[in-house]
Amino acid sequence: MEVQQKEAFVSTEGVETAIIVDVEEQLTQFRIDDVLNDLEKELIGLKPVKQRVKEIASFLMVQRLRELAGVITEPPSLHMSFTGPPGTGKTTVAMKMGKILHRLGYVRKGHLVSATREDLVGQYVGHTAPKTKEVIKRAMGGVLFIDEAYALYRPESERDYGQEAIEILLQAMENNRKDLVVIFAGYQDRMELFFQMNPGLRSRITHHIQFPSYTFEELMAIAELMLKQQMYTFDDASRKAFEEYLRLRMQQPLFANARSVRNAIDRFKLRQAARLIEKGGKIPASELMRIDVSDIRQSRVFQENQPKEEKEITKS
Amino acid sequence: MRITQGTFSYLPDFTDEEIAAQVQYIIDQGWSIMIEYTDDPHPRNTYWDMWGLPLFDIKDPAAVMQELNECRKAFPNHYIRISGYNRQQGYQSTMISFICNRPKEEPGFELDRMEWEDRQQKYRLKAYALDKPKGQRY
Repeated sequence: MEVQQKEAFVSTEGVETAIIVDVEEQLTQFRIDDVLNDLEKELIGLKPVKQRVKEIASFLMVQRLRELAGVITEPPSLHMSFTGPPGTGKTTVAMKMGKILHRLGYVRKGHLVSATREDLVGQYVGHTAPKTKEVIKRAMGGVLFIDEAYALYRPESERDYGQEAIEILLQAMENNRKDLVVIFAGYQDRMELFFQMNPGLRSRITHHIQFPSYTFEELMAIAELMLKQQMYTFDDASRKAFEEYLRLRMQQPLFANARSVRNAIDRFKLRQAARLIEKGGKIPASELMRIDVSDIRQSRVFQENQPKEEKEITKS
Repeated sequence: MRITQGTFSYLPDFTDEEIAAQVQYIIDQGWSIMIEYTDDPHPRNTYWDMWGLPLFDIKDPAAVMQELNECRKAFPNHYIRISGYNRQQGYQSTMISFICNRPKEEPGFELDRMEWEDRQQKYRLKAYALDKPKGQRY
């Protein structure tokens, strides 16, 4: 008991316990709330992700406070892995991460360098190391985002240079912890396998964040937000049609969450433009912004579905 | 004899923090960065050997410092300089260049007489280091 107390005493020696740091002042100074509010506003759903981002932000904040108070702090390792189905906002969050970390003073520049296998792995012996180092150099002071990271490792071919790239990345993650944050992203199951094959990598990544698939309501909210950002609107009929569209689309294979929604909206915009041009004449501004039911109903999703139903009807 | 040349020739040698700050300035200007080394100290020796590739697309000085330190490790006793090249039309030239590593001992130059036509006499400068072949000079 006594020994423990003594140790505790030793560890706080040299720290001015009288120093009091003001959390509110620091929060306003670094405008963390702004960033977190933006996150809340611009990203729909993704509760576990937001929770984790908040935790990391608070942790970095406390680190700063500790520094101010003169407590010895070691730079935390902030390498992350983002796993989840396609279109769940992994890249978007990574981009925000750069900004958040920059604001907290953890990275100096806060830019995002996005890399895939082709950017890192070379084609012949001795080509990989300089290539990977080049990318790492560009990312210094910011965030290196490696999309589809599992592609780096190809167990089926022994002479694949992916392993070399991974080793160089590992080295950079250890040695340049102050200069670089690496985020690995990819689909859940494949990333799982990737980490199993590279245990060294897994242990060096502190934050494993899982992105859940969006629910129907969340996707509707995302669609509304996307339209709003691009200055388009649904009317009541087209909103209903879109709801129907979304329900059908979600059941189809290769549904990529928010990305599919964005693609659908892009197609609606094209059809709206074609319709307006065909109609000609004088068009009010409200009409330029409105997506019509017909723009949505033309979609292949409906057409594919209808004959199927008809077939079923004829069968029965 | 301490050789000086380039943008900050009149200042004492930079510390690493000062070099990083200069590199940040180069990055802010949008110039590309080169690390070059040589062991021929003559002022007319303009073309130095380049260390690795030119450093394009760099956002942070840390990357340049890492390369510089690697170059220093490979050539601890050479002259190493960092230059910033402005590719903008109308400039297309080196805008900044400063020495960031030098040999421990710099023996300096010999001033030699030369006979010329019509009993003229000329002078020439020769670095003592040049007595030895390239790579063994310092």
